[in-house]
Amino acid sequence: MARFRVAIAERTASLLVLLVAWEAAARWARSRLFPGPGSVLTTIADEAVHGGLLHDLGATLSRVAVAFALAMIIGTVLGIAMARSRAIDTLLDSSIVLLLNLPALVIAVLLYIWLGLTEAAAIAAVTFSKLPTVVVTLREGARTLDRDLADMAQSFRLGFWRTFRHVTLPQLSPFFLVASRTGLALIWKIVLVVELLGRPDGIGYAIQVFFQLFDVRRLIAYSLAFVAVVLAVEWGVLQPLERRLARWRR
Amino acid sequence: MASVTVAIAVDIHEKRYPGRARAEPVTALRNLQARVAPSEFCVITGPSGCGKTTLLNIVAGLDRDFAGTLSFAPSDGGVPRIGYVFQSPRLLPWRTVRENIALVRPRHADRTELEGLLTDVGVADMADAYPAQLSGGMARRAALARAFAIAPDLLLMDEPFLSLDAAAADRLRRLLLRLVSARPATVLFVTHDLAEAVELADRVLVVSPAPGRVVAEMPIVLPRDRRRDCNTLAALRTELTRLAGHPIEAPDTAKITFSRRNSLTPTKE
Repeated sequence: MARFRVAIAERTASLLVLLVAWEAAARWARSRLFPGPGSVLTTIADEAVHGGLLHDLGATLSRVAVAFALAMIIGTVLGIAMARSRAIDTLLDSSIVLLLNLPALVIAVLLYIWLGLTEAAAIAAVTFSKLPTVVVTLREGARTLDRDLADMAQSFRLGFWRTFRHVTLPQLSPFFLVASRTGLALIWKIVLVVELLGRPDGIGYAIQVFFQLFDVRRLIAYSLAFVAVVLAVEWGVLQPLERRLARWRR
Repeated sequence: MASVTVAIAVDIHEKRYPGRARAEPVTALRNLQARVAPSEFCVITGPSGCGKTTLLNIVAGLDRDFAGTLSFAPSDGGVPRIGYVFQSPRLLPWRTVRENIALVRPRHADRTELEGLLTDVGVADMADAYPAQLSGGMARRAALARAFAIAPDLLLMDEPFLSLDAAAADRLRRLLLRLVSARPATVLFVTHDLAEAVELADRVLVVSPAPGRVVAEMPIVLPRDRRRDCNTLAALRTELTRLAGHPIEAPDTAKITFSRRNSLTPTKE
């Protein structure tokens, strides 16, 4: 607990350094295009209550959630299938390599052209950008599944679901976590580009609008709110999950 | 739940492992026949690599890629409930001992029965520990408890007490005999340790070096308390070797058996 308090103190100190430096730079610049932390923070509060911040944040987050879930589910199924079957692996491998190296921007533009400027196209673009890393990671994980434990599950007749839940999933969980983390980091960045290109709401759309208005105060306010949510998910969801899954390790 | 023990009839014409990459195909078993009676404690022994584990995997239904037949009687009960104790404990490292054992039982099975079993096997104190925290002996006890947790009709055991020190292995053998007498099951027990075979078995089957087949069998009718006697064991070994037509223990395991026998039998005048 003491170590936890020290960590909080350190974090607060480094945040203070950042804020002071920012404030000093803003005072020195004295420009509408370089607002200080005070005015940005009040803008965040103001936009949250009266403006569209919460709506845009909600739109972006729901896109992230849906695309993340889709990519994880499809990627896990494909990854396991490719690890299990040489035929499937051979058939899909080139597509995965291509998708892995295709810039997210290209995927987004093409999908908007083919599917129109729709929600489906936006979510598909984010999903496809993340999918190949999930497939590759989970394929790696599924290749290392323990044959002995599978035999144990079969001889004790655990059945498909109990085997999947108690024997297979825990072995895949480290790979699942890696895929979640790298995938989420990727999604946070791609979703804004996708919104900027062809959506009428969301943080990415807002940033485009503020860019055109040269409204730097709001631009930074929206970005910071977004970063705060990303960090909250990282610290509030992923890290506790990771600790929970690693409980059994000595 | 009253367990119905089963009879087994195995008739393996041939079991081959296909060659992979640079490895030659290997014939593990050829013309191996064995019958096991209900509630019989049948010990299979033979040199390392003679296909004993392969045979257990075939009986367990884990390996269906063989030429031959496998049947259980009474066959009307469908496939028998099989408790398998593997050569390594094969506990799920991410589940506690209790969870590992509860996992193989029916979902709504009686919890008090499970706790009773944990106590009987001597892992009750460690029930909430993860397998990584267990000693080798404790992990093997847990594996034994898991096999008994399903009230097995048939118990398959593949050198379950390997790599334990003599005293721990001895305690576990007594525990096993106690459990089997309390909850009857047909047992197929594999070991390359003849002293262990003789101590436990109703009947010993000797399998030849690969390709394995049964080359000798001998019922052990001695009362259990006389089986640990050096002279009896030596006589049995001679007799089994004569029946088998080849040394039935690899030289290295014979050494282990020798030292163990010395440490266990204080039969000095």
